Amino acid sequence: MSGDGIIREPMLEIYLFEATQLMEQLEEISIECEKNKKIGTEAINEIFRIMHTIKSSSAMMMFNNISVLAHSLEDLFYFIRESKAINIDFEKLFDLVLLGIDFIKGEVSKIENDCNADGLSEPLVLKSSNLLQDMKKANGVIIKDDCQEKKEDTKYYISAYEKLGSEIKQKYFARIFYEDGCEMENVRAYTVVHNLKEIVSEMYHIPEDIIESDDSVEAIRRDGFLIGFSTSTSKEKIEEQLNGIIFLRELELQQVEEYPLEFKALKAKIQIILENPITEETIYKETPDKLDTNKEEVGNIIKSGKQQSIISVNISKLDMLLDLVGEIVISEAMVTKNPDLEGLTLENFNKASRQLRKLTNELQDVVMSIRMVPVSTTFHKMNRIVRDMSKKLNKEVELVIIGEDTEVDKNIIDHISDPLMHLVRNSLDHGLEDKEERIASSKPPMGKITLEAKNAGGDVFIIVSDDGRGLDRGKIYEKAKFQGLVTKPEGELTDKEIFSCILLPGFSTNESVTEFSGRGVGMDVVKKNIDSIGGAISIESVVGRGSTISIKIPLTLAIIDGLEVAVGTSKYTIPITSIRESFKPKENDVIADSEGNEMIMIRGEAYAIHRLHRIFNIDTEVISSNNGIMVMVEDNTKAACLFVDSLIGEQQVVVKALPTYIKKAKGIAGCTILGDGNISLIIDVNGILDR
Amino acid sequence: MAEIIDETIETSEDTQKGKFLTFSVGKEAYGIEIKFVTEIIGIQEITEVPELPDYVKGIINLRGKIIPVIDVRLRFRKEPKQYNDRTCIVVINIKETTVGLIVDNVAEVINIDDSNIVPPPQIKAGFHNRYVRGIGKVGNEVKLLLDCDKLLNDDELDKIAEIV
Repeated sequence: MSGDGIIREPMLEIYLFEATQLMEQLEEISIECEKNKKIGTEAINEIFRIMHTIKSSSAMMMFNNISVLAHSLEDLFYFIRESKAINIDFEKLFDLVLLGIDFIKGEVSKIENDCNADGLSEPLVLKSSNLLQDMKKANGVIIKDDCQEKKEDTKYYISAYEKLGSEIKQKYFARIFYEDGCEMENVRAYTVVHNLKEIVSEMYHIPEDIIESDDSVEAIRRDGFLIGFSTSTSKEKIEEQLNGIIFLRELELQQVEEYPLEFKALKAKIQIILENPITEETIYKETPDKLDTNKEEVGNIIKSGKQQSIISVNISKLDMLLDLVGEIVISEAMVTKNPDLEGLTLENFNKASRQLRKLTNELQDVVMSIRMVPVSTTFHKMNRIVRDMSKKLNKEVELVIIGEDTEVDKNIIDHISDPLMHLVRNSLDHGLEDKEERIASSKPPMGKITLEAKNAGGDVFIIVSDDGRGLDRGKIYEKAKFQGLVTKPEGELTDKEIFSCILLPGFSTNESVTEFSGRGVGMDVVKKNIDSIGGAISIESVVGRGSTISIKIPLTLAIIDGLEVAVGTSKYTIPITSIRESFKPKENDVIADSEGNEMIMIRGEAYAIHRLHRIFNIDTEVISSNNGIMVMVEDNTKAACLFVDSLIGEQQVVVKALPTYIKKAKGIAGCTILGDGNISLIIDVNGILDR
Repeated sequence: MAEIIDETIETSEDTQKGKFLTFSVGKEAYGIEIKFVTEIIGIQEITEVPELPDYVKGIINLRGKIIPVIDVRLRFRKEPKQYNDRTCIVVINIKETTVGLIVDNVAEVINIDDSNIVPPPQIKAGFHNRYVRGIGKVGNEVKLLLDCDKLLNDDELDKIAEIV
């Protein structure tokens, strides 16, 4: 039944997409409800809907373990909804729900990676049914025999067997013994029943009531699990399936004419119960608005899937679109700046080409904005982390999110999710003090972590700040010195420089490694990720008050404004965002120090000079300082001057990555194709300044 | 299902199998399987990229795509020669990597049967023997058949050798 994997691809895609989305929604609602300590009607209905959808789509895609888990969670919430339960242990309930979400997420990612979704949901199902028992007892409800679950009509991916009534069906009788000590025989039996359901047309089993009642475990241990069923599948296939049961000790499978006597009694009983489902269903349909207990005001349920008209598009199509728009920009430049038109006065042509330029710019902006996604989803994921960690560390923490509507490129979102997680964990683990300390230093007992996103010029700022104990400058300096990472005395280093030591790999002031941190790896991951998207990190902190970590990320990755410069016969592009100024130096301004490094004094400050023709070994006639141009560039921390032959002009260029075959040279960020078809290398300012 | 796809690929490969593009570098004639060759273009302006081995001449713009070019002469440690109008760039594509090879001139595409291919002699002296995976006999002449993988990927060993 799984051989038609290729045909199922689009369906599987949709299933995975839907499952991931629903899990995220569910997680949000759960955390919200847990925080408010109440479950509104809307929340219950939403959770119920999600569970139900997951259950049926998982069953349809033959992921029974997920389906069974979803079913049992659904039961839980059904009970809450129907019986207007008052005494709900929210922690336990949502702990379970979150564990369930984690399990399903795990299975989904296994499927995504083409592995088998073979996780066992039985322990969770058991936990869930136990919790249901407890809740029922706590709310004084008589435990009914909800037999109707067995008769639920799970939708089949392949047409239901009921229609094949004309086929010859054989009756079988099976007795299953489980290994001693395997535990949870009743849940295992339920799985067997569930799996068999798809291929049989009628089934009876003893003990009947396997999920609810604990006595059934004893009964199964004693007499084995008895099943009687009728099916047209061959005996060998049935035997194969039953033999595949884990922890199976003994299997007895017989083909019979009539079911043994015990089942006859069952048959009669079930007939009667079948009548009732109709009444059960009417309760389903009534939306109980009269539920008044813990469902007073419906809290704000954050719906992350905004109900706008949204269409999901394959990312590769978007990438193609973006590439094409990039090419159009280049071609437009090739047409309007064509050397053939040199020197001609073409009024109308110029007007028309300006119009074309305007339109292409607009097209570019719109296409770039398609790939922009609001950061809210990533920020909300942090909620879960804050909740889990604050529990484990026993600190009260509040997460404040500002500016979640800020949009960033999809590429960037993928890269900031991990760093954010590390930063938040660090704040919680190192930054925030525990309650007593906070009260002692007259701070509010509840710690606050703020996640802020804002647009500023051509960049996006993401700021993580906490009101904890701040960074200890002295301690960091000590550790850095100890590890040999700094050479200058403490007085000479600015706060920023010392704090940026924590970004170095392997650096940590923790004496010991805890579950969450201490290896010195987290900040390194942050730095690497942020570097890969061309961003910058800066850290500020006040001892006793808190720390703030700001991440600056350029908005556009592919198209940048660059300044064309010539060095010899080659042309280079310097990104405008890195340029401070450019000027023609005077011979006397250039000074050399004892090692031969050149410097220039500008307005009282000395800047190092990097001669591009020397760095790249280019032949050029412009050697002496006053024949060329100095371009002052800066990266995160320092500034220097680049010496080039001449400036050509400002141009918007499309960044193309260097072919992977060419090992990256330090100082070259990529290349671009100019209007006349030539290639210009884009200078990576960080790389040059690090030499 | 996967087996059927594999088979179809093989049958289409058969039509390309045994065909080699021959070109000359210096006095030797080399051959390369045409399944790797994407196109052949005339020599054009090459943009230098710093800090590359000397046989990687730089990059070129091929209809919007940036590809690196290797001078086969320099790769095989021969004397470099001026590029003239007969010099061509053979664009090859191996395992997702597209590279251009600068050769003196391109001859033709010929069929060489497996029976006419012998493995290269194990002479250590010849530096570029490791790039030659076989020797093909065509009429009276002999063509050295190149192993493209080695040509592109032996860089590491070269770099180390150069440093040493």
